Amino acid sequence: MSERTAATTDPEAADDSTETPTEVTSGSTAVVRALENAGVETAFGVQGGAIMPIYDALYHSDIRHVTMAHEQGAAHAADAYGVVRGDPGVCLATSGPGATNLVTGIADANMDSDAVLALTGQVPSDMVGSDAFQETDTTGVTAPITKHNYFASSPDTVGDTVGEAFALAAEGRPGPTLVDLPKDVSLNETDSEPGPAQPPETCRARTDPADEQVEAAARAIERAEKPLLLFGGGVVKADATEVARQFATEHQIPVVTTMPGIGAMPEDHELCLSWAGMHGTGYANMAITHTDCLIAVGTRFDDRLTGGIDTFAPEAEVVHIDIDPAEISKNVHADYPVVGDAGRAIERVDAELDEGPDAPEWVDQCLAWKDDYPMDYAAPDNEPLKPQFVVEALDEATPDETIVTSGVGQHQMWAAQYWTFTEPRRWVSSHGLGTMGYGLPAAIGARVAADDDETVVCVDGDASFLMTIQELSVAVRENLDITVAILNNEYIGMVRQWQDAFFEGRRMAAGYDWCPQFDKLAEAFGARGWTVDSYEEVPGAIEEALAYDGPSVIDFHVDPAENVYPMVSSGGANGKFALSEDQL
Amino acid sequence: MSDNRKGLQGPAPDERPHPDGRRNAQGIRIDPEAESEHEPRRTVFSAIVEDEPGVLSRVAGLAARRQFNIESLTVGPTTVEGHSRITMVVEEPEPGIDQIEKQLAKLKPVISVGELDDDAVRAELVLLKVRGEDPDKVHAITEMYDGRTLDAGPETITVQLTGDERKIDDAVDAFRRFGIIEIARTGQTALAHGSKKTVPGEEPGTSGEPTKPNTNTQ
Repeated sequence: MSERTAATTDPEAADDSTETPTEVTSGSTAVVRALENAGVETAFGVQGGAIMPIYDALYHSDIRHVTMAHEQGAAHAADAYGVVRGDPGVCLATSGPGATNLVTGIADANMDSDAVLALTGQVPSDMVGSDAFQETDTTGVTAPITKHNYFASSPDTVGDTVGEAFALAAEGRPGPTLVDLPKDVSLNETDSEPGPAQPPETCRARTDPADEQVEAAARAIERAEKPLLLFGGGVVKADATEVARQFATEHQIPVVTTMPGIGAMPEDHELCLSWAGMHGTGYANMAITHTDCLIAVGTRFDDRLTGGIDTFAPEAEVVHIDIDPAEISKNVHADYPVVGDAGRAIERVDAELDEGPDAPEWVDQCLAWKDDYPMDYAAPDNEPLKPQFVVEALDEATPDETIVTSGVGQHQMWAAQYWTFTEPRRWVSSHGLGTMGYGLPAAIGARVAADDDETVVCVDGDASFLMTIQELSVAVRENLDITVAILNNEYIGMVRQWQDAFFEGRRMAAGYDWCPQFDKLAEAFGARGWTVDSYEEVPGAIEEALAYDGPSVIDFHVDPAENVYPMVSSGGANGKFALSEDQL
Repeated sequence: MSDNRKGLQGPAPDERPHPDGRRNAQGIRIDPEAESEHEPRRTVFSAIVEDEPGVLSRVAGLAARRQFNIESLTVGPTTVEGHSRITMVVEEPEPGIDQIEKQLAKLKPVISVGELDDDAVRAELVLLKVRGEDPDKVHAITEMYDGRTLDAGPETITVQLTGDERKIDDAVDAFRRFGIIEIARTGQTALAHGSKKTVPGEEPGTSGEPTKPNTNTQ
């Protein structure tokens, strides 16, 4: 992740981008100055008692603050902002409930290795431990879900601490960091200006892999007869997409991605088999099952990818490139570990190859699997509107590099399956934590991060949308051009699908027919709203919503009986993916 | 919308070729006929950490949430101001031991961490409070294990013993006949044998300089 260390900034240089740097007179102004020094342009947050001094310092700063309706929204918005921009997103919250409301978003960022800096207010130092009003042990609560967190102890050092936390979020494998700011530390006077933001000495990542690792990996790849590349989110985070694509095409190695790795390889490229795992394509799962050399880059082998470990890539020698040594052989044994930056490691391995693997028959086999197991859905006349059709129609109606955010559940899988992604940092979703409600605040963060001419779409579910719907008020207030497409099946649909498949159809607490009328609700927020019940209405509503310069919500009433397939059952073999419920 | 949409097609799961190979629970490809699991192994880790508030809770929390089996843990100052040494005895199957070391190394306050060799020097201290009815015999056993009597009265006698784990275990067994009322064991602490470094990159701290961080090499 050498590129990301650009977060280590020289304050002199950063001064060019900040017109009037904040003058340091107190702990809180030192915090804001540290953010300015690090190049922070935007922060998402919610006001509150203990964080007020920081907001007061922001009052005079050029940093744009987007007030969110709920702190969870602030954390997700910062997360998505960071995904789209490639720099850490920043969120703020007050002590107690403000901080605990951030927790879901921080945990989400942690699971997806997204760089986020969270700043939380805290009760004054001398009241810590007394169960004061709005006191929570924030560093205690967030220790398991951050790379590291800090309890600021002095106004003289708090600026450097914030700079360090920002740099650490981006260093090596990215992730969330947090600085807890007691109110007295923020308020007390200091003239101590923060120095350049540096990650801590003890957390510097190795970017250039060891020679012997590179050599061993290259030898394994040379002798492979069925090589397969697996691009994870690490390829995207390391900005290694170009290098990775070049490697795949030059050596004619088929590519499978993980869900966070979507966009690392253009999904319309012949060598791209799209994403593997529980609801991945049949051809990706066939390729993983039959490869004899899996070259995995920047992935942690999540169980939703691997299915049962016993049957995962059972014939494959595994080359595992990752910047985090702890991911090596954590879930899947790496026969050839390569610890380093994804792009640098691929370059080094490429240079070390005497001859690439020559496996035209294997490539043909992978392409044949594409024909054998095409991604398709049935849409008979006598059934309601299919959600997959909506995704395809949205994809068709939007520019190639549209940013798509999602909640979690069936709609998320359909969006990932039926949208054709060709570029990285365009698919913004909650993968590891599986946070319903991620989509709308993520769309807000993505919209703020994106250029004006880029399109941002949130594909959401009815149940997911309802979890963070209050953030629509933010999109309206900021006049953010976002199109929310709700694939509304009046169910918490993935649960309904599992109840039908594994709980004999007992649909306990899965029905959402009590959901509000989302089009009217959107209008009440001040956004535009549409309801779509039929195929005929789909193109018109999409066109109008996209044309509207502001937040718009289309409530697509889709077939409540539709299920997500293919599906690898939990702990099952990838190669035994079911095409329908009766094959589970 | 019936058009030419067919839905998902293709051979059913049972009709597809599937390789015979498999992996064990640690994700290692195995001979299906052979022994597939590693036996748990007991070992000692030593870590140099920044002596900052909460460092022990970070280490303990990491172990708890990742289900690492810690037998004992000791902490104390080192020759370098601001640095502490944590000594942990753990028992895990092989890939788990590797994970403990790597996950510890990722913690920000952890400067360097290493697993000790079998020849490392190890010791622990135990305080034993036994019934005071037979002071001469208690004294004799205490002498036998090179222990010291710290407190003696008509009701109880408290002795201190130090040594490696087996010696302590034996001594505790020997004292059982008197009736052990209370026991407090520190758990093992350890240093590498001879001039070997206990923790990779560890430098003698006489200069007061912090030791250099581990470079995370595989």
